[in-house]
Amino acid sequence: MTADIAAILAIDGIATGAVYALVAIGTVLIFTVTRVIFIPFGDIAAFTALTLAALDARQLPGTVGLVVVLACMACAMEVVSLARAGEFRAVPKAVLGYLVLPLIVVGIVWLTMRFNPPMPVRIVLALLLIMPISPLLDRIVFRPIADASVLLLLTVSVALHFALVGLGLLFFGPEGVRTEPLTSMAIEIAGVHVSGQTVLILAAALVFSGLLFLFFDFTLVGKALRATALNRTGARLMGIRPARAGTIAYLLGSLMAGVSGILIAPVNTIFYDSGFLLGLKAFVGAIVGGMASYPGAALGAFGVGIIESFASFQSSTLKDVIVFSLLIPVLLWRSLASQHSEEEVEE
Amino acid sequence: MRKMLSLTALIGGLVAASTAQADITIGFVTSLSGPGASIGIPYGRGIQAAMEYKSEVNGEKIKLIQLDDGSDPSAATRNARKLIEEEKVDLLIGTATAPSTIAMMAVATELKVPMIAVSPVIGQPNPADQWGISVPQPASLLVKVVADRMKRDAMKNIGYIGFSDAWGDLVYNGAKAVETEDGIKVLTNERYARVDTSVTGQILKVLAVRPDAVLIGGSGTQGALPLLALGERGFKGKTYGTVALVNPDFVRVGGKAAEGIQVSAGPVIVAEQLPDNHFAKKLALDFRAAFLKANNVPTTDGFSAYSFDGWRIFTSAAERALKTAKPGTVEFRKAMRDEILNTKELSGVHAVYNFKAGAYHGVDERALVIVRLNNGAWTYEP
Repeated sequence: MTADIAAILAIDGIATGAVYALVAIGTVLIFTVTRVIFIPFGDIAAFTALTLAALDARQLPGTVGLVVVLACMACAMEVVSLARAGEFRAVPKAVLGYLVLPLIVVGIVWLTMRFNPPMPVRIVLALLLIMPISPLLDRIVFRPIADASVLLLLTVSVALHFALVGLGLLFFGPEGVRTEPLTSMAIEIAGVHVSGQTVLILAAALVFSGLLFLFFDFTLVGKALRATALNRTGARLMGIRPARAGTIAYLLGSLMAGVSGILIAPVNTIFYDSGFLLGLKAFVGAIVGGMASYPGAALGAFGVGIIESFASFQSSTLKDVIVFSLLIPVLLWRSLASQHSEEEVEE
Repeated sequence: MRKMLSLTALIGGLVAASTAQADITIGFVTSLSGPGASIGIPYGRGIQAAMEYKSEVNGEKIKLIQLDDGSDPSAATRNARKLIEEEKVDLLIGTATAPSTIAMMAVATELKVPMIAVSPVIGQPNPADQWGISVPQPASLLVKVVADRMKRDAMKNIGYIGFSDAWGDLVYNGAKAVETEDGIKVLTNERYARVDTSVTGQILKVLAVRPDAVLIGGSGTQGALPLLALGERGFKGKTYGTVALVNPDFVRVGGKAAEGIQVSAGPVIVAEQLPDNHFAKKLALDFRAAFLKANNVPTTDGFSAYSFDGWRIFTSAAERALKTAKPGTVEFRKAMRDEILNTKELSGVHAVYNFKAGAYHGVDERALVIVRLNNGAWTYEP
C-alpha cells in the first residue's frame, strides 16, 4: 500500500460513499417522519437507473406500468376508506391526487418520448416517473398501519422490498443496464486522476444534505415534518396532517434515491435486484448517524464507502463481511448510548 | 402461461394419442419465465430451429411437447414426471438452469427414460444406470483452452479477477491447474460480487503484481466491470476470458475497454469466419438459416445452438434405434439410451461428440475456438 494507491482508493471510496450518503439521508428523512425504515429505497434508486436506460434506448420504461398499477390500487383504497367514513365530499380530491396526478405524469412521459428528447430532459422524465412510486406505496402499504410499532413497520418494509424486486424483474427484465456518462471531463488532484462523474456525485450529495438541513431547521413545512415525527397526536392537535407530512417525506426521499440512481447508472451496471445491497450499505451509514442526524448519516455513509474501498484492496473476498461487521461495534456503542467519541465512528 | 402451455400440450397429446401411435415423442423443458429466462428463451428458439431443420427420422414424424419450468427445479421435476407418465415421451431434453437440469436427470434415471441435458451437469454417472448425457462444454475445458492460448502468446505472469461465487472458483482453479514452473503463473485471486459498484481496489491489487495478462472469471454484462477499471488505469497488457462473457450486452457495456479480449467459445459464435473444412462451418450456417426461418430473428447467442446439437444427437441415435424397436415402447427407450451412449464422432455446431457410459460430457478441445473482440464484433483467432 503506497501513498498513491491509498489516494486512489480514498477517492474511489468517497465517490461510492457519496451515493450511499444520498440514499442514507433519504432513509433517515423517511424514518424520522413516518418511523418506517424504508428498505426498498435502494430498489427505487435501481429502478431510476433502469428507467433512464429504457428512455435512452427509446423504449417506454417498465416504470409506467408500475406507476399505473399502484395509482389504481391507492386510489381505490383511498376512495373506499373515505366512503366508509362518510366523507363523500373528499372523494374527487382523492381521485385527483392518487389517480389523475400520477397518470398525468405518465402521460407527459409518453408524449415527450415521441420527440426524442435530449439527455437532461430524459433525466427529468426518469425522476418524474419515479417520484410517485414511494408515496403511492406509502398509501397502499404503510398508511393503514401508521400507528404500529417500528418493528412491525420494518417487517412490512422488508416484505415490500421482496415484492418490488419481483415486480422489477417483471417490468425491466433480467438484463443489466449502463447509461451514457453525464460528463466526460476529468481533473487531476495532487497527481490522482478524478473523473467528472465522481465530482458530480460528491456535489449532489453535499448539496442535498445541505438543503435538507436548511429545510428542516428554517422552514415551516420542515418543522411540521419534525413535529409529526416526535408526536403524531400532538402534531394533529396543532393542525398538522400526519398523512400529508408522510407523503411529502416520501416524495423528497424518492427524489434523493432517484438522483443517486441517475448518478450511479453510468459508473456501474444496474440490474433489477441491484438496489438491495445499495440500500443495505446506506442503512449501515444511517445507523452510524443514529437514524436521526443527517450529517451523521452522511458521514457514516462516506465511512462505509471508504472502508469498502480499502477492504476490496486488502481482501476482496471478505469485503462485504468487513462492511457489515462494522454494524456490530456501532450498534453496541449506540445501544450503550454513553458519551461517544468521533474516533469510534471513523474506525 | 404455464397453465396455457400444459393445456395445449395436454390437448395436443390427446389428439396425437388418438391418431398416430408411431410418432417419436420428445418432451422438452426450458425456462420461459423466472431468472433463467434470459437463456431459457434462446434454448426454446433453438429447439424450434432444430425442428425446422429436421422434423422426421426414417419417415417417422417427431412430435415435440414443450413445457416451462419457471427456472424452478421443483417445477422441472413435475414437468419431467408429467411428460414421462402422461405423455409417454421417448426422450427428454432440458433445461436452461443447472439445478433444474440435475433435478430432471434424477427423474429420467428413476423412470428409465433417456435424457439429453442442454446445461452442464456436474458429477460422475453410474455407468450401469446412466440415462442421460450433457451437451455443453464443461467449465474446466473452457478454461484449459484459454490457458493454452495464454501459453502460446508467451504470457508469464497472469492476474486473475472473477466473481466471488462458484463460477469464479471454477475459472480460478482451471487456471491454477495449468500453472507450470517455467510458464504461466497465476499471481492474484481477486473477487467481486455481481452487484458491486466498483472494483478499483481489486484492480490496483492485480496491477501491483505487474501482470502480462489479466484473466476475467465473470459472466455477462457485469464481466465488463474489471475491464472498464483496467482501462481507467491505462493497462496495456492482454485480457482473456471465457464464453460466459459472450453476449451483446457485454460488448455494449464494455465498449472500448473490452476491445481485444480473447475468449474460448463454441465455433458457432463465429460460424461465417470458420475455414471451409471446419466441421461446424456448413452445419452452423444451416442452423442459422433454420433459426431465422423458425423465429424470424437472427441468432446472437450460443445457447440456442446447444439445443440444436442436442437435437442432432437425438436424431442420429433415433435412426439407429428405430431398427430394433418401435417408438412409444420401453424397448425403444432403452435402445435410444444405448445408441446415445454409442455416439461416435458426430459433428454439431459446437463440438464433435463422442459419448460413452461413465461420463456426462462427450466433447474435446475441438469444441472450442478462441475468438477476439475487434471493433465490437467477435473474430476467429485460429
